[in-house]
Amino acid sequence: MKNTRQKISFFVVLMAAVLSIRSAGAVLEIDITQGVAAGIPIAVVPFEYRGSDPPPHEVSKVVGSDLRRSGRFETIAHENFLNRPHDHTEVEFKDWRLIKAEVLVVGRVIRMALDQYRVEFRLFDVFKEQQLGGFRYDVSGNKLRKIAHQIADFIYLRLIGERGAFDTRIAYVTLQVIDGERNYLLRVADSDGYNPRTILKSDEPILSPSWSPDGEKLSYVSFEKKRSMVYVQRLKDASRELVASHDGINGAPAWSPNGRTLAFTSSKDGNPEIYLFDTQTRLITRVTQHHGIDTEAAWSPNGQHLVFTSDRSGRPQIYRIRRNGTGLERLTFEGKYNARAFYDPNGERLTLVTNQGNGYRIGVFYLDSRGLHVLTDTTLDESPSFAPNGAMILYATQQGGRGVLAAVSSDGRVKQTLRFQKGDVREPAWSPYNQKL
Amino acid sequence: MIKRSHFVLATVLSLMLAACGGDKGVIGEEGDAGATGATASGLSEGSDTSGSELGAEMEQLLNTNKIYFEFDSYNVDRQSQRVIEAHSQFLIENPNVNVVLEGHADERGTREYNLALGERRANSAAEIMIAYGVAPGRIQTVSYGEERPAALGSDASAWQLNRRVVILR
Repeated sequence: MKNTRQKISFFVVLMAAVLSIRSAGAVLEIDITQGVAAGIPIAVVPFEYRGSDPPPHEVSKVVGSDLRRSGRFETIAHENFLNRPHDHTEVEFKDWRLIKAEVLVVGRVIRMALDQYRVEFRLFDVFKEQQLGGFRYDVSGNKLRKIAHQIADFIYLRLIGERGAFDTRIAYVTLQVIDGERNYLLRVADSDGYNPRTILKSDEPILSPSWSPDGEKLSYVSFEKKRSMVYVQRLKDASRELVASHDGINGAPAWSPNGRTLAFTSSKDGNPEIYLFDTQTRLITRVTQHHGIDTEAAWSPNGQHLVFTSDRSGRPQIYRIRRNGTGLERLTFEGKYNARAFYDPNGERLTLVTNQGNGYRIGVFYLDSRGLHVLTDTTLDESPSFAPNGAMILYATQQGGRGVLAAVSSDGRVKQTLRFQKGDVREPAWSPYNQKL
Repeated sequence: MIKRSHFVLATVLSLMLAACGGDKGVIGEEGDAGATGATASGLSEGSDTSGSELGAEMEQLLNTNKIYFEFDSYNVDRQSQRVIEAHSQFLIENPNVNVVLEGHADERGTREYNLALGERRANSAAEIMIAYGVAPGRIQTVSYGEERPAALGSDASAWQLNRRVVILR
């Protein structure tokens, strides 16, 4: 283990606060605090713009930021470019070999009509002097960032061989205290933190947003009625439903992979247990049976198992159980505190909060080897969730006494923090893939 | 015994005073009756009328409306048990008064686990009241988990003040 770590750290370049993605009026900054020197060198040429008014978003800038944030690419600085082509007729491959670009992205944005844009881009392999792909999209201005994320997803897939997760969203909770008054917001933003929209506003705590697998609903815990209850809210029309308001606590909602069942925690029978709520029959079944704390259920991708946190051994540890309540098994033994596990999309790993004696950190637990790898070195990390492609883990941590969101690649090599301008940010949850444009 | 409990009470009170006097901000919250200073521990409404009947120790126990816990624990220590017993006695003598027990946790660990932990703490206090003879229907428990810290900050002294059950009449 130690050996592997040393090898990894050999390849890792620390770039504290070097790369900072800013824009006027941005709600957040992304600091890549740790990157990988071995990323693919890519040149993203600023797209040509044909139109009178400047476009609402700079597509090529978003593409470059996405690729750089993934840690799998090294974007080459624009000032090194020898020329700036915008389509295949203008590309001179030797110019790009000279500056050691392996991959080249060119394109243009054309204003077709009022709020109508055409986006074209092409991706080239510099050494093979070959086009790897190219697309044209016709969209309105408010879709330009989305198209940029889709272009980044295409490039990621073509070059890394895995689906990208840039065209996805994140949900999170912010807390601002103004003149002693608390203001909680449940928000949904693009995966890079832009375009935040408020889903729920409350002066009482909001916790544990969980995405439905179709990405159309969020379940969450709200204290708006002075104690914790579980709600389901449709994003499109903000319609919502109270689904768990039993005596005691209600919390930790988690959607089954087929979207039919909601697992949640309730102490309605005396102490916190895991229950399943069938959204079609409205029936509730109990999964766990223990007088200790059982909470924080998460579904395996095949929908057959749940993992959850229990203190039945005296300290919180992760257990696995079949959805029918049989086959209980303790999974974690390393460390005195393991909690809030979340499955990766392949069902091979869990991400969790672990304390091995030096703080609450984000770890990855391998279900086959039962090995637990600690990925972060901070002390108050919480709420980890995998990106839908399993490449990154989004979590909450603290920086300068303030809650911030952070992401770490699931191999621990790439780290970044997302700093919002105001308030405390917590409880992030990465969305599933978007179903439609 | 009396001496000892006075000593413990004094310790608890001085802890609270220390927390309030330091540079640590104390958040006012509706649950912690007037929690914006040293008054947090004193002067609950009931004491005016019943003060003459009770001994000084009883009064002090009744004026204590918070009990504290060890990390990740819902065990009620001996002194806290005396506080709960004093409140139970008061409830038995005042049958028209009900009680709310608010359970809280410190910020360490996960929010949902802490929500469960806060409830276990409130339930621990409730069980003692019930054992003392208070009707279960007069006791309401609620957990705020780590969401409503009494003291800000990420250090041992703040955490200690945040692992608590608040007794509200």
